Amino acid sequence: MIKSQEIIIYSGRRWLLIITFMAVTVLLLWRVIDLQVLRNDFLRNHGDARSLRVVQVPAHRGAIVDRNNEPLAISTPVESVWAEPHKVLTEKNNIAKLAAAIGMDERFLLQLLQDRIGREFVYLKRHITPDQARIVESLSIAGIHLQREYKRYYPAGEVTSHIIGFTNIDDVGQEGLELAYDHWLRGEPGKKRVLKDRLGHIVKDVENIHSASPGQQLILSIDRRVQYLAYRELKSAVAYHQARGGSLVMLDSVTGEIMAMVGQPSYNPNNRSGFKSDYYRNRAVTDVFEPGSTLKPFTIAAALLSGLYTPASKIETSPGYFKVSNHTIRDVRNYGNINVSDTIKKSSNVAASKIALSLGPRKLWDLYSRVGFGESTSSGFPGESAGIFNNYNNWSEVELATISFGHGISVTMLQLARAYSVIAAGGLLKPISFQRVNEPVTGKRVLAAELVQQVKDMLETVVQPGGTGQRAAVKGYRVAGKTGTAHKAIRGGYAEDRYMSLFAGMAPASDPRLVMVVVIDEPQRGQHYGGQVAAPVFAKVMEGALRILDIPPDDLPSLDGQVLMVENTRQGLQGIGQ
Amino acid sequence: MDDRSLSQRLHMDIPLLAGLLILSGLGLVVLYSAAGQENSLMYRQVIRLALAFLLMFIVAQLPPAQLARWSLFLYLIGVLLLVLVLFLGDYGKGAQRWLDLGVFRFQPSELMKLTVPMVLAWYFSEWSLPPAFSRLIVACALIFVPVILIGKQPDLGTAFLVAAAGFSIFFIAGISWKIIIRFVALATLSTPVLWYFMHEYQKQRVLTFLNPEQDPLGAGYHIIQSKIAIGSGGMYGKGWLNGTQSHLEFLPERSTDFIFSVFCEEFGYMGVLILVCIYMFIIVRGLYIAMNSQHTYGRLLGSAIILTFFVYIFVNIGMVTGQLPVVGVPLPLISHGGTSMVTLMIGFGILMAIQSHRRLLSG
Repeated sequence: MIKSQEIIIYSGRRWLLIITFMAVTVLLLWRVIDLQVLRNDFLRNHGDARSLRVVQVPAHRGAIVDRNNEPLAISTPVESVWAEPHKVLTEKNNIAKLAAAIGMDERFLLQLLQDRIGREFVYLKRHITPDQARIVESLSIAGIHLQREYKRYYPAGEVTSHIIGFTNIDDVGQEGLELAYDHWLRGEPGKKRVLKDRLGHIVKDVENIHSASPGQQLILSIDRRVQYLAYRELKSAVAYHQARGGSLVMLDSVTGEIMAMVGQPSYNPNNRSGFKSDYYRNRAVTDVFEPGSTLKPFTIAAALLSGLYTPASKIETSPGYFKVSNHTIRDVRNYGNINVSDTIKKSSNVAASKIALSLGPRKLWDLYSRVGFGESTSSGFPGESAGIFNNYNNWSEVELATISFGHGISVTMLQLARAYSVIAAGGLLKPISFQRVNEPVTGKRVLAAELVQQVKDMLETVVQPGGTGQRAAVKGYRVAGKTGTAHKAIRGGYAEDRYMSLFAGMAPASDPRLVMVVVIDEPQRGQHYGGQVAAPVFAKVMEGALRILDIPPDDLPSLDGQVLMVENTRQGLQGIGQ
Repeated sequence: MDDRSLSQRLHMDIPLLAGLLILSGLGLVVLYSAAGQENSLMYRQVIRLALAFLLMFIVAQLPPAQLARWSLFLYLIGVLLLVLVLFLGDYGKGAQRWLDLGVFRFQPSELMKLTVPMVLAWYFSEWSLPPAFSRLIVACALIFVPVILIGKQPDLGTAFLVAAAGFSIFFIAGISWKIIIRFVALATLSTPVLWYFMHEYQKQRVLTFLNPEQDPLGAGYHIIQSKIAIGSGGMYGKGWLNGTQSHLEFLPERSTDFIFSVFCEEFGYMGVLILVCIYMFIIVRGLYIAMNSQHTYGRLLGSAIILTFFVYIFVNIGMVTGQLPVVGVPLPLISHGGTSMVTLMIGFGILMAIQSHRRLLSG
C-alpha cells in the first residue's frame, strides 16, 4: 500500500537533479554549437565535397554543309555507358540485366569489370541507342553512369567521305576537312557544378561554371547535287573499265571554289569497319601522277609567250618519231607537217618536244611555275602534296622534251585543275577554296588574256571533229579541253600496259565557268586513251553540272526563235515597267 | 457533484500533453524529410503515434495505487518474456531481441524500462526511506537479472537504459552519498571486466567512438557522416527537405537513430535550440509532477520515468554528435520506430495518472 504520510522531500536531491539536467543540456548544446557554428566551414566543405562535383558538358560539334546549306556532316546526341567497377561489383545481381540492356555478354562484362577493379572510370559501351540508354537509366545501378556525347553522321556517306573525312569516337577530326577545320568545328566543352548522391547519380545542377559553346558551322563550296552526279558517273566508269580507281575535280573558275571532288575507291564514313585505311586518302589532293598530254597546252602557252611561235607556226613531225639523246619520242602516227594549233588537236608528242627544245628549259619551267605546278594550292586540305617538279637547272635534254608532254613531272589533280582554271579565267590564278566564297575573287594575273584566248581556242578544237577528245562534247555548250594518256611510272621506267586516262577541260568555252579534270587509273578493258575513257565521264558530269547550276548555253545555233522569244519577253517587261 | 475540471476527469495533464503533441508533430515533419518523403513510412508512424497516445490515455485512467499493486507481477512477466526471448526469439540485425507474437513482433526488453523502475518504486515505497542496506542488495538483484538477460541478447543500449532507470530510483530514494560514491567507484573498477565480457562488435563501437577517424569508411563512417551533417547545418540550417548529407544517402539510419543529424542539417542551431526547449519543457513538467506526488511510489516512479526520458535524449544526441559510443538509442518521439515510443508514452501515461489522481488535501 502507498504510505502517503511518509513523504520525505529530499529538496537537495531534487535541485541536484535539476542542475545536472541543465548542465548536461548545456554540454550537449555546446557540442552542437561546436559542430554547427565554430567548425561549420570545415564541415560544410566536407559535406559539399561529398556531394558537389564539377562535370564536363560536351559541346556540339559544328555541322558541315554544302554551298546550299545541305547537311554533309551533323552531330546528334547519344549516350555512352561507363562504370566504376568497384561500386558495380558490390552488387552483382544487376550485372545480368545490364549486360542484356547494352547487348554485351554477361560473363565478358563481369570479367571486364573485375580486370579493371582498380579504375575509377571504365567505358562499357560507347554511343548506345536511345532505347538502350533508357533501359540503363531505369535500372539505376550503383556505379553505372551515362555520359552524353555526340556522334557524327554523314548523310552523303561515301559520296563526300574523301573531302569531309571523319571524326573518331571522341569527336575529334581524324581525316579530311574534319581534321583541317577541327578547331573551327569543335566547340568549347562547358563545366557545371552538380549535386551527386552516394551512388554518384546527378541529383541537381547547382551552378553553371561556363556553358558549352557549340562549334561553328562550316559552309563548303561543294554543291551536293553536282557531287552526287560526279560520284555516280565516276563510279560507273571505274566499274565499267575495271579500273583501279579514279578521281574527279570540278572547280568554279570564276571564284576558285571546289564544286565537286570525288574519288574511287571510296568508303562509308558512317561505318568504317571493313574499309582499308588506304581508301581514306583523298587522292585528288594527296596523290601525284604524271599528267601526260594534258600539260601540252602549257607548253604551247610558253611557245606563244616566247614570241617565237604563233598558232599558225609550222612544225615538222615526220616520220612520227625522233631521237633525243638516246631516247625516242613517238607520236601515235605520223602527223606530218602540222601547225601549233594541231599540236594540241592531234596531241603530238614530237611537235611538243621540238617546241620545248627550241625554247629551252627556263622558259618552259617559268610558264609551268606561273600556272602553279610545283607549288601547293594552299587549299588547307590535310596531306596536300605539292607535286614533283624539279628545278630546270637539273633538266637533261630528254627531260625537257618529255616534260613538254607531261612526263618527268608529277602533279596533283587539284594542281592540274587550277592550271586549267588559269586558262578558263583569262590568265588569272585564283586561290583554291573548299569553303564557299561570297566575295568576288580577283586573283593574280599570270598570263595575258589574248595569249590565254589563243590556247583556249586550240583546246576547243580538241573536242571538235578530228580532235582527240570529241567524246567530251556537251550538247548546247562549247567545250574546251585536252585529253591525256600517260604511261604509269613504275620503278626504273614506265609500264607499257598500265595507263592513266585523263581529260581536263572547261565549259562553256565562250565564258568558262566550270573547269573539270577526270582521271581513270589503269582502265583494263582494252580502251585506255583519255579521249575514250575519261572524256565521256567529263561530258556526262559537265552536262549535268551546267544544267544544275543554271549556266546558260553558248552553242545553240538552231534556237534563234527562242532567243527571239527571250528578247520579246524582255521588251514586254520593259513595257510594263514603263 | 463533480467539480473537477475536464482535464481532471480525463486524467490528462494539459501542459504535458501539449508538449508531447508539439514534439510528435515536429517529429513527423522531420521524419517526412528524413525518410525521403515516403508516404507508407509516414503512415505507419502516424498509426504508431495514435496507438501510443491511446495507450497513454488508458494508462492515465489507472490509479497509481493500482499500478503499485501490479508492479511485481508485471516485472515477473517481463523477466519471463526475456527468458523466452533467449530461447525462442527472432533474430533481427544480428541480435536476438524480438518475440514473434504472430500478429506483431515485440521487444520485451523495452517493457523492462518501465517494469524495473515500477518494481523498485514499489519495493522502496513499502518501507520507510532511505532504504536499508540489505534492501539495496535485493534491489540490485531486481535490476541485474533483467539487465544481464538483455545484455545477453545482446542489446547494450537497452541494458544500459534499464540499469539507468533502476539506479535513478536509488538516487531519488535518498540513499546516502557514501553508498553512491562507493558504487560509482566499484562500477569504474569493473569496467575492464565488462570489456572482457563484451561482444566484439560492442568493443568495436567503443573503439570507434574513441577515434572515429581511425576507420573513416568502415566503423567510423556513421559518426563522421553524422558530424558532417550536423556541422553543415550551420546557424539556420539548409531548410526543410534540403539536407544533402541525408537526402543523398550519405547518412545512415537517418530516419531512426540518426534523425537528429537530419534535423540539425535542415534546421540549424536555431532548430536545435527550439527542440531542446520543447524537451526541457516536458522534462521540467514531468519532474514537477513527480516531485509533487502525494506518495513515495509516484514520486520515485515519476522521477525514474523522466530520468529515463532524459537519458534517451542525452544518449541519442551524445551519440550522433560523437560524444558517446553508437548504441541504438532513438531520439524520443522523433525517430521512426515503434516499441520505444509505446514504452515512453505509457511512462507519460503513468505521470499523468500520478498528477490527475491526486486527492485534494484539505485545509
